[in-house]
Amino acid sequence: MDSTAAAQAHEHNFPERAWEYVKIGLVLFVLTAMEVGAYEIAHREGVPLHDFMHTALIPVLIVLSGIKFALVALFYMHLKWDGPLLKGIFSFSLFLATFVILALLSLFIYEGKFSELIGPLAKVAGP
Amino acid sequence: MDAHALHPATSTGIPNRKLAIWTFIGSECLFFASLISVYLVYKGKSLVGPYPSEIFEIPLVTVGTALLLFSSLFVVLALNGCEQGNRKKFLGWLAMTILCGFFFIGMQVYEFTHFFHEGLTMQKNLFGASFFTLTGFHGTHVTIGVIWLISIFIEGVRGHVPPAKALNFEMAALYWHFVDVVWIVIFPVVYLMNS
Repeated sequence: MDSTAAAQAHEHNFPERAWEYVKIGLVLFVLTAMEVGAYEIAHREGVPLHDFMHTALIPVLIVLSGIKFALVALFYMHLKWDGPLLKGIFSFSLFLATFVILALLSLFIYEGKFSELIGPLAKVAGP
Repeated sequence: MDAHALHPATSTGIPNRKLAIWTFIGSECLFFASLISVYLVYKGKSLVGPYPSEIFEIPLVTVGTALLLFSSLFVVLALNGCEQGNRKKFLGWLAMTILCGFFFIGMQVYEFTHFFHEGLTMQKNLFGASFFTLTGFHGTHVTIGVIWLISIFIEGVRGHVPPAKALNFEMAALYWHFVDVVWIVIFPVVYLMNS
């Protein structure tokens, strides 16, 4: 089924869509509870998995929020059934946004250390 | 009347207004990416308190987050009702969405007031400046979204949003979902990664 046919088929299944939205809502709620649970485990010594979560909290939160972001964009914003143009506009914007965040972070994290980073490369590439 | 009959054919096959709102959402992604970057760059660089770990109230913000997530569910159910021509479902879920929006704004007003009384202002430290700028701009977007949804609700009560004009509501719903996805990023980045 091409994307247009899939979108038309999706448009006319109102009750099925409503149940799908409710299921997604429950998944989002559970994922949020997991995020807060991970935070609590990481900040309370003596609870099971504390050491692991203390180290892995940031990657865990990035993965969970990434799933939530994708679920809302795909199902609630209908990107799953929309054509390639709208998907392209949003994906390109997200790519640029991620690039901006990573570029600024790397610029400031490595502030004053660029010479250390490129020093060995400069020696290799030098005359 | 078929919904598509109201919208003239376009070269892209997508109504121009829908394309416009998606392009606007794309530009907003970059706007919030810049604010999030600034918050992350300044993270942990405040020389004086109050510091995030001293003043954040995670349970309160979790409730606000859950309300915003549920409002996204409610608005998509309202759109579903609007497209079906089910006025009761459309207006009922839309009213719930607006209520959740009000609760979220209330949560943020309470939080900002509480932080102010704790001594955190925009001028106090880098955390205060970047936190109030990021969450303040998000709160402004939520407020604009609530006003937009209230206007759709009033139009709906007057019977001016039939299924054929569902696109008018779909645009507001897309904006509302965007406000939600931004908070999905802000909540862990600002509140949960604060140690």
